[in-house]
Amino acid sequence: MARYDAFFDTLGLRDWCDADKTDAPLSMAQLLAQAQGDGGEVETPGLPFPSLDELHQACSKIGQTRDLTEGLENGFLSIRSELKYVLDPITQPLSWMLDGTLFVFESAPWWVMMPALLLLTWFVSRSRAVTWFVTFVLLFFAFIDHYEVAMQTLAIVFVCTGISVAFGVPIGIGMSKSDTAQRSIVPLLDLLQTLPTFVYLIPLIFLFPVTESKLYGIAIILYAIVPVIRLTDLGIRLVDKDVIEAANAFGLTSWQKLTRVELPLALPNIMAGVNQTIMMSLAMVVIASLVSAPGLGVLVLRGIRALDLGVGIVAGLGIVLLAVVLDRVSKAALNRVDTRAKTK
Amino acid sequence: MTPKVSIRGLYKIFGADAKSLVPLVQGGMDKATLLDQHRHVLGLQDINVDMQPGEITVIMGLSGSGKSTLIRHLNRLIDPTAGEILVDGTDVMSLDGDALRQMRQKRMSMVFQKFALLPHKTVLENAQLPLSVQGAERKQQDEEGRKWLARVGLDGFEGRYPAQLSGGMQQRVGIARALTANTDIMLMDEAFSALDPLIRTDMQNLLLELQKELQKTIIFITHDLDEALKLADHLVILKDGAVVQQGEPQGILLNPADPYIEDFVSDINRARVLRVRSVMRPLSRDSFDGDVAANSNLEDMIGLSDGDTSLTYRVMDGDEAVGQLDMKDLVKALVPRVSGQDTAA
Ligand SMILES: Nc1ncnc2c1ncn2[C@@H]1O[C@H](COP(=O)(O)OP(=O)(O)OP(=O)(O)O)[C@@H](O)[C@H]1O
Ligand SMILES: [Mg+2]
Repeated sequence: MARYDAFFDTLGLRDWCDADKTDAPLSMAQLLAQAQGDGGEVETPGLPFPSLDELHQACSKIGQTRDLTEGLENGFLSIRSELKYVLDPITQPLSWMLDGTLFVFESAPWWVMMPALLLLTWFVSRSRAVTWFVTFVLLFFAFIDHYEVAMQTLAIVFVCTGISVAFGVPIGIGMSKSDTAQRSIVPLLDLLQTLPTFVYLIPLIFLFPVTESKLYGIAIILYAIVPVIRLTDLGIRLVDKDVIEAANAFGLTSWQKLTRVELPLALPNIMAGVNQTIMMSLAMVVIASLVSAPGLGVLVLRGIRALDLGVGIVAGLGIVLLAVVLDRVSKAALNRVDTRAKTK
Repeated sequence: MTPKVSIRGLYKIFGADAKSLVPLVQGGMDKATLLDQHRHVLGLQDINVDMQPGEITVIMGLSGSGKSTLIRHLNRLIDPTAGEILVDGTDVMSLDGDALRQMRQKRMSMVFQKFALLPHKTVLENAQLPLSVQGAERKQQDEEGRKWLARVGLDGFEGRYPAQLSGGMQQRVGIARALTANTDIMLMDEAFSALDPLIRTDMQNLLLELQKELQKTIIFITHDLDEALKLADHLVILKDGAVVQQGEPQGILLNPADPYIEDFVSDINRARVLRVRSVMRPLSRDSFDGDVAANSNLEDMIGLSDGDTSLTYRVMDGDEAVGQLDMKDLVKALVPRVSGQDTAA
């Protein structure tokens, strides 16, 4: 006798419940209980309200919790081919970009790669100290034979940050222009930011083969694009109302207003968003090594799997070093635009 | 003279359902009641003002009286709830997006209380803004920008950024920017209110000097009566969104229309503001104790007469005798009129 039998009896639903009663699909708990020889009662935590499994016992018309997860899975599987049909071609360029950049970063000889990276550092930061620091870190990676994996990680971070900015800034602009857009996008951003990072990977694994680099590319971008969107929106909304009014009074078109007033004045905020986006791509690229993203993360993963402590720790420190480098360089760039807007 | 700008029956009510409340306000509902019963803010009611070409029209009122709201109607930064605004005879409400931008670029420029310069652009780039927006040639932008910066006393500062300048200098950039636009009409919303008193006087003098030369139609907002009297050719006094009195400033000073304005004008240094022409009488005698200019102020007269109230002067406008000034009338004019009494005969 199950706990809620009486409930269905008094409601007169007994016939409906037992219409096609089978004893076949039992939950794991029931199977275990049966094996132990008692009547197949579900172990309940004794809550004052029924759970799906308990109701199922009293009335087999009501599904078990297992059916819920199964239903979700089936639902997802049934639209999978349609989703794939749409998403596959759209996202294909991402694979090409990732593969291409990885190829360049891996195959370019160090005497091309290193000067190029240092020049880039100098160009965005204009800081001697930061450039020296980057030089030192790159040499250190070469010294401990982690140069190649570091370059792989860097390549992925570059591509994903670039795409995040390319999409994030326009989305942020759109949000700042329309309260409706902002209201509808913000919950989505909240969701993306609070989902545990592993959960991103689950639907993606169903959609794309693990050998495709866009699989991890999408996961990284979805995770890392959030701050640049948020801060672009915020930055534009925070632009001094008086200056906007002046722009209107002198007859600027919307485009002139955006490019000459709003974006330049929002730039410090946007750069802060880019900085966060870079850091988040780096965090995600490590997790993405679970789905075959190359780079330092693979070594960390190997450290965990094979209990190879040394490999894991060295790779972990390498990631920290890379994070510090990326943070310093992007912060230096941020400071540069920030001071230009205020005073000299 | 046809007015350059003329405002007819202008109403502005802030709120979602503004249009339907216009009849109530026209029927006499006041600001407090409207807010209380309908949750709408009465910004402006039944404004009728003509602004003549080449004159400085000063709009004065206390904080919240609707000055900024009124001036923003002229270039349609704010849309009216009812009424019309004619600029050179065109109703600005009839302008669509493109035509409106044209008007803002070519017909009126604006100077702001908080300067509203672009912080990431140099002084020169700020001054060039109106021309660069219009897509003028580089060379012309450069020449005009430099010319007007020099005119407001800022040569040598072209390459600086606004944050490196003092408030007074920043507002000079603001004025140069408005002048570069080369518009007939200039709107100035409390342009000098953020500056300290000495700089403020400098800026007022600069404006008067520029005005003598350029003869623009200037609409100037202030909450400071001294400033208003110094600059105004035509003075409009606002209270709770309505015009309480408008006209020539001297006239308002001598004949305030209601206690609110009497209150306003009572603290003024009348001797410095009032002019001989405002207190003189028609010529009625032949012998005088001397000649004085119609435009000298009463302070000068007291100095000239050495305080002797028995004297009578002949008032000259250029070579022409336009009236006579009895020093007794002058002394009476110095006492502000108190409500209910009439001082001047
Ligand atoms: N967007 C708006 N929504 C609602 N009420 C408004 C709005 N703008 C102005 N008001 C109201 O209209 C009235 C006039 O405001 P306005 O800014 O024109 O005053 P002001 O004379 O310029 O004052 P100040 O000297 O403080 O600048 C005020 O009561 C203000 O609260
Ligand atoms: Mg104001």
